[in-house]
Amino acid sequence: MNITELTVHELQEKLKNKELTITEITKAYTDRINEKEKDVQAFVTTLTDTALRESEEIQTKVEKGELTGEFAGIPIGIKDNMCTKGIKTTCSSRMLENFIAPYDATVVEKLNKENMINLGKLNMDEFAMGASTEYSYFKKTRNPWNLNKVPGGSSGGSAAAVAANMVPWALGSDTGGSIRQPSSFCGVVGLKPTYGLVSRYGLVAFASSLDQIGPITKDVYDSAMLLNLISGYDEKDTTSSDRKKVDYTKCLKNNVKGLKIGVAKEFFGEGINKEVKSSLQRAIETYKNLGAEIEEFSLDIAQYALATYYIVACAEASSNLGRFDGIRYGYRTKEFKNLRDLYKKSRSEGFGPEVKRRIILGTYVLSSGYYDAYYKKAQQVRTLVMNEFDKAFEKYDVILTPTSPTVAFDIGSKSNNPLEMYLSDICTVSLNIAGLPGISIPCGIDKTGMPIGMQLIGNKFEEETILNAAYTFEQATKFREKYKPGI
Amino acid sequence: MSREDYEVIIGLEVHAELSTKTKIFCSCPTEFGGAPNTHTCPICMAMPGTLPVLNEKVVEYAVKAGLATNCEISKNSKNDRKNYYYPDLPKSYQISQYDKPLCENGEVEIETKDGKKTIRIERIHIEEDAGKLNHDDFGGGSLVDLNRAGVPLIETVSRPDMRSAEEAENYLRKLKSIFEYIEVSDCKMQEGSLRADVNVSVRKKGDTKLGTRTEMKNMNSFKSIVRAIDYEAERQIDVIENGGKIYQETLRWDDVSGKTFSMRDKEDAQDYRYFPDPDLVAIKLSEEYIQNIKNSLPELPESRKQRYLEEYKLSEKDAKLITSSKYLSDLFEEATAICNNAKAVNNWIISDISKILNENEMEPVQIPFNSKQLAKLIILIDKGTISSSIGKKVLAELFNNPRDPEEIIKEKGWIQISDEGAIKDVVLKVLKANPQSIEDYKGGKDKALGFLIGQAMKETKGKANPQMLNKMFLEELKK
Amino acid sequence: MKVTREEILHIANLARLNLEENEIDKYLENLDDILNFAKIVNNAPVDGLGITIGANEAKNVFRKDEIKVFEDTESLLQNAESTEQNMFKIPKVI
Repeated sequence: MNITELTVHELQEKLKNKELTITEITKAYTDRINEKEKDVQAFVTTLTDTALRESEEIQTKVEKGELTGEFAGIPIGIKDNMCTKGIKTTCSSRMLENFIAPYDATVVEKLNKENMINLGKLNMDEFAMGASTEYSYFKKTRNPWNLNKVPGGSSGGSAAAVAANMVPWALGSDTGGSIRQPSSFCGVVGLKPTYGLVSRYGLVAFASSLDQIGPITKDVYDSAMLLNLISGYDEKDTTSSDRKKVDYTKCLKNNVKGLKIGVAKEFFGEGINKEVKSSLQRAIETYKNLGAEIEEFSLDIAQYALATYYIVACAEASSNLGRFDGIRYGYRTKEFKNLRDLYKKSRSEGFGPEVKRRIILGTYVLSSGYYDAYYKKAQQVRTLVMNEFDKAFEKYDVILTPTSPTVAFDIGSKSNNPLEMYLSDICTVSLNIAGLPGISIPCGIDKTGMPIGMQLIGNKFEEETILNAAYTFEQATKFREKYKPGI
Repeated sequence: MSREDYEVIIGLEVHAELSTKTKIFCSCPTEFGGAPNTHTCPICMAMPGTLPVLNEKVVEYAVKAGLATNCEISKNSKNDRKNYYYPDLPKSYQISQYDKPLCENGEVEIETKDGKKTIRIERIHIEEDAGKLNHDDFGGGSLVDLNRAGVPLIETVSRPDMRSAEEAENYLRKLKSIFEYIEVSDCKMQEGSLRADVNVSVRKKGDTKLGTRTEMKNMNSFKSIVRAIDYEAERQIDVIENGGKIYQETLRWDDVSGKTFSMRDKEDAQDYRYFPDPDLVAIKLSEEYIQNIKNSLPELPESRKQRYLEEYKLSEKDAKLITSSKYLSDLFEEATAICNNAKAVNNWIISDISKILNENEMEPVQIPFNSKQLAKLIILIDKGTISSSIGKKVLAELFNNPRDPEEIIKEKGWIQISDEGAIKDVVLKVLKANPQSIEDYKGGKDKALGFLIGQAMKETKGKANPQMLNKMFLEELKK
Repeated sequence: MKVTREEILHIANLARLNLEENEIDKYLENLDDILNFAKIVNNAPVDGLGITIGANEAKNVFRKDEIKVFEDTESLLQNAESTEQNMFKIPKVI
């Protein structure tokens, strides 16, 4: 048996029946990392040694019966923008190259409470700004299905590591598609929860009103389990929701009879790759055969949502990234004449071009004279987008779209054209604008063998609905059994 | 044209640190002082990934302040970010309030030389204080201490309704006493927990539009505020009189030279890029919430003053002085309750105590002794244990080293001599030494008696009972 | 509507960023492209619509006024390039 190909629920099964030990599992993963990292380049920081040590400690505790939790000793990878006490948190930026957080993010605390094992911090676009993970200061992560292609972004390290079996599952963050798009590019399952379902405390902020942490997993059941672990109210995050916790594995009924699925036709227009379209058409047929009620409808907000996204996200980022001033932490330039010089040199040398580009855009749209034309308008459009989705969810349980207009593209092919790079978020950003949950699951591959992703959108806090829809599709199509990454 | 043809126009932005236990957005203590950066946590240090959570008491205190200054309380309010770079501002934005402050359109009444006057308050909003910059021993740089970063402030913005430094001072004193009375701030100016940004402009009398204003930031003494306003008004008038132009700018007041200096930074055209803070949710206050706070408001200076006029029959002037400070007013009421001699307590406060405060530029809160000790002093005088002249010495002692007045007079041997024999000896001694005075008295010069009593007092270092001295001298002189 | 050199330099200064001479034109071009795309928000049918600040409608989430001391204050300075007397050292500010 190949341990690293198993899902987490399969690993739990084997642990229960004593077919595997915690140390065996961790060893399998650290070996896999040592073997494949040179090709995939998914990690900013690997913790293979500490992971092995921890696994032995946990193993003995479990044998002594001191630990009984069903996630004790399960390994995981964490995107490098979530604070981990005593371990570097870099956001893949020169600015934070040596930054060690003095505290744990709330999600990390939750994983630690379960005695899970952190295999390392995963690569990303600098400060989560990008769609290809090419904007990392440290390395370009490769797509396990084809090492010349990007894994998507910004959670490219997380998606690639899961696809390459270097971690059984991982945490990503999603501001405009940063969990779903790389999951689509890497043929794995990525869930962006409803805004407020998962605490943002300890997630280094890109755009506070859009950021959400979520699971990137091999299958839908694992996605539901990891969501169980990280969701819930946090008094440290006033935007987190205080609704009572649910068990998301309970909703996986493998049944979509009567489920009303709306197909938003604008999301299948020009700009969407032909093979992506036809793959989605086949997926729609599958749902029909499974007894779901499919209806095409108009949801003409994608362009507005994307424009709004770049205004709002950059405005918030320009303010959120102000704290990186070279004084209390982070990169400080070596030579400076005075305070202003210290600020400007430290920030100009510490941030990469894409981050600077967005800070400038964000500063511009907030500056006097432009605020009303851009930022204020964008906030109204945000209301419009929410209203349009509200109307749609009066009629449908789920909205189906592609996750990305294309499959994974070649490394270097878009990195010099920001706007083109931005357009690859067209299918995903509107959910962040409206705060809605969305899941991306693989629904096929194109003729070059690259995976294609389908996005299922749910109403606020209706994760159960989209998880079940995704699960039912997965059980019917068995993508993981048919297709495997080349690596 | 001359000085008299101009009118000075003053507006104040008053920052008061709220006396909450914890900071506005994290649970660190607000307590003043403490070793550098020890009252800090990842949140007030602006560590990446941290988030603010609003302290409920901050909202409550701001609403209190608003109600006590006759403001309308906004039912729908929010927090906004004010973006600018400065080393004492760790997030590089200050969480404040922009277009929806908690309180709006208030007013307070002040006394001016030509009677009462209303000063309008535009708004009161909540925001976070910044840290402190210290200069290092070697002069090579500055050092950042963030203990104060995140301490809650209310900023009270007045309309440009004041027309003289005196009015500005009275307005600030009024706000200060109100905040002290409702106990939202200790208003310790020397510790910077009450500071004012002063806006000054001038215009020719009769003009209707305002002149260009300059701003002097972070002033924390009444004295310098008055001096600064007078200086800046003169300066602006001179500039205009000499055909010059006033630029809207921030000035630095230098207490030593008594001048204002421009701080303009050519590189910096300021643009704060205010926008709603997405990390915080809306503040929506119910009518009930506001009513409950209204009902909990303590007695304010005005009504206390009225009570003193009726209950204690104090003069308007005395009642006003005592109620101008909650501390003085509490001292008055507590001491009176103990010694029940309101008149005496009043006299001590408005004369001797106020005198010492003024001489030493002290605020009432800095009075070192308590109401018990003051009451005790008055009781000792009333019992005739000491004379009122000794009383003054005891008061001075209470300021130096506060303790039980009874101990003080024992220690210093200041107890009044009321023993017949002892007094008689002194009287005879003095008469013996001053035959001429006896002649004068018998010759009809009554004031010779006063001289003799004075001599006897000198002999006894003021400890002799004056009534007894008087009586005995008369007896002896009659012989 | 094109962004001018002066504007972008002013914006960069507000954001405390230096733009090298050879970068300015590239940033200008990018900014123009993105703004030209972003301005379509002005065509959106939003008349009479209110603004949305965050994605959740929560209100009045407050904290009790209770002190919790953060013990490990050293760890708050460990990432600083330059400290002195437990404070962050910076160039002299008048």
